[in-house]
Amino acid sequence: MRLEPVRNASLARRLGLPLLALAFTVVVASVLARLAGADPFATLGLILKGAAGSKFALLETLNRATPLIFTGLAVAVAFRAKLWNIGAEAQLYAGALLTVLVGTQLGLPGPVAIPAMALAAILAGALVLLGPAVLKLRLGVDEVVTTLLLNFIMLLLISMLLEGPLKDPMGMGWPKSPPIPRDARLPRLIEGLRLHWGFGLALIAAVSVWLIQIRTTLGYEIRAVGLNPQAARFAGIPVNRVIVKTALLSGGLAALAGFSEVAGLKGNLTLDLSPGFGYTGIVVAMLALLHPLGVVASAIFVAGVFVGANSMSRAADVPTYIADISVAVALLSMVLAILLTKFRVVRG
Amino acid sequence: MADPRPVVLKLEGITKRFGTLTANDAIGFALHQGEVLALLGENGAGKTTLMNILFGHYTADAGTVEVMGQALPPGQPGAALAAGVGMVHQHFTLADNLTVTENILIGTRPLWRGGLGRAEARARIAALSRDFGLAVHPEAKVRTLSVGECQRVEILKALYREARVLILDEPTAVLTPQETEALFATLKKAVDRGLSIIFISHKLHEVMAVSDRVIVLRHGRVAGEVATAETDRHRLAEMMVGAEVRLPAPSLARPGSALMELDAVSTPPEGTRPGLKSVSLALRAGQITGLAGVSGNGQGALADLVSGLAAPSAGRFEVAGARVERWSPRAALQAGVGRIPEDRHATGSIADFTLTENAVLEDYARPPYSRRGWMNWRAARAHAEKIIKDYDVRCPGPEARIRLLSGGNMQKLILGRALETAPRIILANQPVRGLDIGALTYVQDRLIAARDGGAAVLLISEDLDEILALSDVIHVMSEGRLSPGFPRGTKTPAELGVWMAGQGFDHAA
Repeated sequence: MRLEPVRNASLARRLGLPLLALAFTVVVASVLARLAGADPFATLGLILKGAAGSKFALLETLNRATPLIFTGLAVAVAFRAKLWNIGAEAQLYAGALLTVLVGTQLGLPGPVAIPAMALAAILAGALVLLGPAVLKLRLGVDEVVTTLLLNFIMLLLISMLLEGPLKDPMGMGWPKSPPIPRDARLPRLIEGLRLHWGFGLALIAAVSVWLIQIRTTLGYEIRAVGLNPQAARFAGIPVNRVIVKTALLSGGLAALAGFSEVAGLKGNLTLDLSPGFGYTGIVVAMLALLHPLGVVASAIFVAGVFVGANSMSRAADVPTYIADISVAVALLSMVLAILLTKFRVVRG
Repeated sequence: MADPRPVVLKLEGITKRFGTLTANDAIGFALHQGEVLALLGENGAGKTTLMNILFGHYTADAGTVEVMGQALPPGQPGAALAAGVGMVHQHFTLADNLTVTENILIGTRPLWRGGLGRAEARARIAALSRDFGLAVHPEAKVRTLSVGECQRVEILKALYREARVLILDEPTAVLTPQETEALFATLKKAVDRGLSIIFISHKLHEVMAVSDRVIVLRHGRVAGEVATAETDRHRLAEMMVGAEVRLPAPSLARPGSALMELDAVSTPPEGTRPGLKSVSLALRAGQITGLAGVSGNGQGALADLVSGLAAPSAGRFEVAGARVERWSPRAALQAGVGRIPEDRHATGSIADFTLTENAVLEDYARPPYSRRGWMNWRAARAHAEKIIKDYDVRCPGPEARIRLLSGGNMQKLILGRALETAPRIILANQPVRGLDIGALTYVQDRLIAARDGGAAVLLISEDLDEILALSDVIHVMSEGRLSPGFPRGTKTPAELGVWMAGQGFDHAA
């Protein structure tokens, strides 16, 4: 058996395979639910209902998609340049940390505080990825290792701060930061709906990244460096500078996920701010085949699976790990389905 | 030509289109047992496409392939292998980190059988090496092998699978003359044992030396078929390009002032590659300076210096009369250096970029292709279209990926990209290596025209005939040292050979 590229895959193939992947996920989830003693036929309805069945569910999904769009974009931008940023989690927390610091320590009025927090977050995330990028360029240190390990360093740093100087004196002893003031929170996107401006910002970021990639010299340089650094260098493209710019862009995007979670949703910084948004961002970016607009769709899909499966496990009264398994099956089968729209399996 | 021997392979009406380009147009021929059939044609004539269809890498739009009278299912290399067709690709398909034996065994044993059956395999490989004159150490890692040895492994791989038909795609492009001789001896042994061979090439003297019959392809069609004994190089060349072949005969040069000057310039060595050792050289306007030498004697270091990839560590380096302060590829481009790199695939182009994107690779950062960081793709596309038209680049269109192009057409795009900027200094590093006669004379004519237009051309080549035909002044490199310049016609090949061997430098230095 081997894979053979498919040119100009048919619409049936491009739509049918992902649908098949979804159907497979539902079957697996149903069987697991049955084993746990719930009605297997009800689970599909419950997942869909939980993800998009009501206005509340839909908004919950979009809220959950917001940080994933940012981390997905961060990964997609970096991977295009073959800069393997596995550290979106660390950059997210760096962004969240600076958001809280600027929001709580400087006492700025709301309209000034919000852009100040966002800028500080972007800078922090960019700097967190700048280190690994410079080490890669100067000393040839593998950025997969450095960015991955920085995730743990950043989490431990935040843990230390939350137990120490940043601990909320009114927090009943919980390791959490003081909340940022009400007027420094992101407003609702539409009045009366539980969806904050972080989602709007994520959409703007996705379109901007897309425009950068197809319309600007920087996007052209990033693609050239990613595809053939030797030819790029020969042609006079400043390869190192392009990789540094890519790192700053990628780190800044991931940090916006932290900013939007703190300023839009949670209001303060805790150690469970991100249930692995940085890592899931890799899945989101791969599902989108690194296309910035595709990242929006795949982030909403991944968020929907998370939210729907969680809601199902609550409604059907089955253990939550069934939700986790459903999510994993959904992601794996979707990746496979997307692979199979580009390649076909040939015998022999 | 009624050949009494049985037909082992038959192609009929093979047609393949890529976009608007018809790479193969109703091609048909038969291969007889024990025959060496040469497939001759320019780059882009459709030779490689045809063989990829035969071997199942591509699916033809029309036509059939029969092996031993059995139709081959399209698009399945496994079927071609099983039917006894073995292919030695132009670019080898070996795993560097495995041994020769392991490489030969890959894919020959079912997954569920444990072990590789090494002992048995080794005995068979040893027998095959002996019988066919393919000396290679069976336990050597492929990484450590020379190019010629890798090719022998590829042939062994095919023989090990009991191939009855052997297809060799441009097998001599990477070989030294001695290795080529050895390959021809192997092919002779193979046909004596009843194998049949398709030998793809654009080198006329090799086709004359090794084949029984020649099929000439031109623009994707069969342009002619002759028995090798009944033709000669000249007639084959005419069939190939469809016109009389001319050799470049540049008029007398009118050298002007020095546009680039090196005075006792040295560069550090890089790995096993020597750097420049106190090299003095002047590239003059209106003159082609030829650089001869055995491969790997510092030509790469000089090319890197001229193209901006390396800066001198000692000595005086002047471009257009001014001492160079900061030197980089971009600085070289801004100083009016047009560059044709040695490796058009790895250095000269980005395979997954379109022709448009490749056409502006060196100029994207300035108007009209971009302004204030925003690309102007319409201008870029117009530029690509102009190069495609003016330099006769055969391709499906400016939005096609450059990886679809043949080497010759890729080189024409790179040549066009360099010459369109009207460079004052031109670095042409192995500009015609691997090109067929049509593309070769085209590139050479363009370089001569650029010289006549007042450019200073530095031509680096391992082909002494090319250097002698084109250069107005010849320098020889050996171990990073540069000989004095010899004006056209003052040195014979034998005299240059003495310098290439490293003698004579002591007196000059």
